[in-house]
Amino acid sequence: MKAAAFDYVKAGSIEQVIDLLGRHGDDARVLAGGQTLMATLNMRLSEPALVIDITGLAALRGIELRGEVLRIGALATHTQIEQSPLVARHAPLLTEAAPHIAHRAIRNSGTWGGSIAYADPAAEWPACLLALGGTVVVQGPAGERRIAGDDFFTGLYATALRPEEIIVAGEIPVATPDGWSGMSQLARRHGDYAIVGLAASARRQGRALLSVRLAFMGVATTPWRARQTEAVLDGQAPDEATLARAVAALREEIDPLPDLTNTPDTKRHLAGVLLQRLLASART
Amino acid sequence: MPDLFPLNLTVNGQARRCSVEPRTHLVDFLRDDVGLKGSHLGCEHGVCGACTVELNGQIVRGCLTLAVQADGGEVNTIEGLSQSGAIRDLQQAFVARNALQCGFCTSGMLMAAKELVETQPHATRAEVRDWISGNYCRCTGYHAIVDAICDVLRQRQEAAR
Repeated sequence: MKAAAFDYVKAGSIEQVIDLLGRHGDDARVLAGGQTLMATLNMRLSEPALVIDITGLAALRGIELRGEVLRIGALATHTQIEQSPLVARHAPLLTEAAPHIAHRAIRNSGTWGGSIAYADPAAEWPACLLALGGTVVVQGPAGERRIAGDDFFTGLYATALRPEEIIVAGEIPVATPDGWSGMSQLARRHGDYAIVGLAASARRQGRALLSVRLAFMGVATTPWRARQTEAVLDGQAPDEATLARAVAALREEIDPLPDLTNTPDTKRHLAGVLLQRLLASART
Repeated sequence: MPDLFPLNLTVNGQARRCSVEPRTHLVDFLRDDVGLKGSHLGCEHGVCGACTVELNGQIVRGCLTLAVQADGGEVNTIEGLSQSGAIRDLQQAFVARNALQCGFCTSGMLMAAKELVETQPHATRAEVRDWISGNYCRCTGYHAIVDAICDVLRQRQEAAR
């Protein structure tokens, strides 16, 4: 199908975007990489009167180290993140996750900010943001504000972003020498959305893991942290007995939504498999 | 009716000045306005890969890119790559390996294969399979396509020695 007609503005500044969003409200859509928006336009699931193209805004580009955080501009593409030496050094979980996002042609266009704003519960970046304790930087009429990743995803495709705000960057605390992170997912075919996925991080103290964060993809209306299971693992070495307890706790705690082909029971089982596999790889 | 937007871009090395409706995506523009029918439209929502073209040196989904977003940019299609000889070895390998039957996916498949052999010259067979998982082929069952791409990877590695 073809998109319905719309007006188009290539924004010259963030202020202009905020102003346009204020005046057009829900009739306007922000276009970054377009890898979700364009598909919904083509299928006429979305028929905005105005498309605001933000891809010309240099302030939203780039990946840089700012003190203790890695700041990734909203317009950084999945490929740029995948290939960035800074990311590989300071947020290796993102380097590991990037190749799982769709396919190369899509990674060349799709953006970090777009994926976080769309908030697909099965997508990689929102889950990685939770796993790494990241922060979303947004800008609106009142200026800039920071929202913890844990508070950002509020429901199915819903976020704490206000109607006149856009995401300008995401900040990830830089990896420390005692840090561990990893991701694992199950998909029918490389690049498909995960049936279930897990992004995780922790600090190591001897053989024990501290501050464990487990962020699951594809099980809830948002990327989802298994907080009771995190507590079971916290301060423990991920040996077989501990992992068995953690998997049991997870299967108790998790309440997965089905998808077209997988029942909640299947997903509950698979989530345990991923937890077992991933945490076993965290052993020293 | 929304206004037409001016569009200045380079297609296969040739500068063009046109105007387009904002809603026109890149492949409709290439096929209908420029007359280059080599880029195909299958699903038109980013799943099948038949519309893969190069924008500013990287492959993109032509159906998920607005033509106006190519303003000031450089587009390469299968026609340009065929004429320049840049992918002659890939095309010959596709023929030698029977890596196409109906041919609908072939232009997109070749665009994707080009970026693979250029950016990952040491890709393994498994990596080739992962890479082309974004391009659907309903005829070949993929093995012949993977064979052809692996042939070219090998040939280019030998030539580079």
